Amino acid sequence: MDLRNELASLTVEHIQLVLVAVLIAAAIAIPTGILLTRRAGMRRWVLGLANVLQTIPSLALFGFLIPVPLIGGIGKRTAIVALVLYALLPMIRNTLTGILGVDAAVRESAVAMGMTGRQILWQVELPLAMRTILAGVRVATVTTIGTATIAAAIGAGGLGVFIFRGISTVDTAQILAGAIPAALIALLADEGLGWLERKLSPV
Amino acid sequence: MSAIVEFREAGYSVPRAQGSSDILRALTFTVESGETLVLLGRSGAGKTTALKMVNRLLTPTSGEVLVEGRPTAAWDPIRLRRRIGYAIQETGLFPHFTVAENIGLVPRLEGWTADRIEARVNELLEQIGLPFREFARRYPRELSGGQRQRVGVARALAADPPLLLFDEPFGALDPVKRQDLQKQFLDLRNALRKTAIFVTHDVREALVLGTRIGLMSNGRLELLATPQEFRRADGSEARAFLAGLDWRVEGNGPSQ
Repeated sequence: MDLRNELASLTVEHIQLVLVAVLIAAAIAIPTGILLTRRAGMRRWVLGLANVLQTIPSLALFGFLIPVPLIGGIGKRTAIVALVLYALLPMIRNTLTGILGVDAAVRESAVAMGMTGRQILWQVELPLAMRTILAGVRVATVTTIGTATIAAAIGAGGLGVFIFRGISTVDTAQILAGAIPAALIALLADEGLGWLERKLSPV
Repeated sequence: MSAIVEFREAGYSVPRAQGSSDILRALTFTVESGETLVLLGRSGAGKTTALKMVNRLLTPTSGEVLVEGRPTAAWDPIRLRRRIGYAIQETGLFPHFTVAENIGLVPRLEGWTADRIEARVNELLEQIGLPFREFARRYPRELSGGQRQRVGVARALAADPPLLLFDEPFGALDPVKRQDLQKQFLDLRNALRKTAIFVTHDVREALVLGTRIGLMSNGRLELLATPQEFRRADGSEARAFLAGLDWRVEGNGPSQ
């Protein structure tokens, strides 16, 4: 059946969009969060910027990016840039909170045992902050799955295609064909990452 | 005897809204090889600050602290700290490391082989009375407060550092357990001939453990004396501490 094929390919496209966006965002956000634990003066500015990005309505952000050279235009690339910008805040914030939340006596001991800054980061701070960092990744992923449906508005594909088509043809079944799978993916991602969080949390 | 640690007019002050406030004022004393110097004082007297200047968790804002004849500021801090065992009241054990991994931390950082680390951990657990088979694979949260503090002390001893810094390592314990650990500390010290600086606010502990007692008050060293001399001291701060001793352990205090 045609609808079934389309559903399958749009679902795959949707997941790809989300995966790429979340991975890029994590690659930016986690190192940024770590940097902010070392540079208290930068915290307000970086978190403020990430906060402002989150307050821009998503449809507007997609629209804003279209005329921007290099990252803009119609299609997947623009959508991914927008999704990355949205996913940054929860991951930066949780990385920062997670590392700052490490018991002061534990950190002091690590320093006093003669661990180098890098050893403290990899062997003490990151393992102990892992649970909080993953919680940030989970929040970012679940929101990105939802926001990615809007990416169809700028021709990025994904399950949003059904939704926009359903809206323009006043066809509820089409809207649901996009909305329900998106919600299911979000629930599955939430469960899966929650499991990973518990599995990887050291204490 | 030679000085392992030397404080030379070492001071520490922190900036405040107006001017700065002195936590330590021109501290001068030496710690000789093999002795246990106890820094005794009320909270806020500056004992912990002084201790942290030895392994360069803090650097003096005036004067200097020398370890093995070299100012701490001239040491590579990593090398300096690996030569100094450090145990604190909150233990600072890594919650995601097992007991064995916690104790074996510094040896592992120093690149010991796995076999040698395990043998060392085994030996230390034996010394602190926690059998390897039962305790090595436990996590700190699975230990009692007293067991955690003992593991903290074992971790400080692991790489056999010539100098030990202890900041109320038995502080969170009830008196009976505390005496137990004090006795163990004495046995260990006598067997290992370590140099130690030991911070406490418990005068009884100071008299039992110290070869010398440095009485601190308001960031100054009021008195530096052997336990015998300390008992006869007539300064008001020393008398205040000794009065607490008579009142608390009447007829049962450590004899001279």
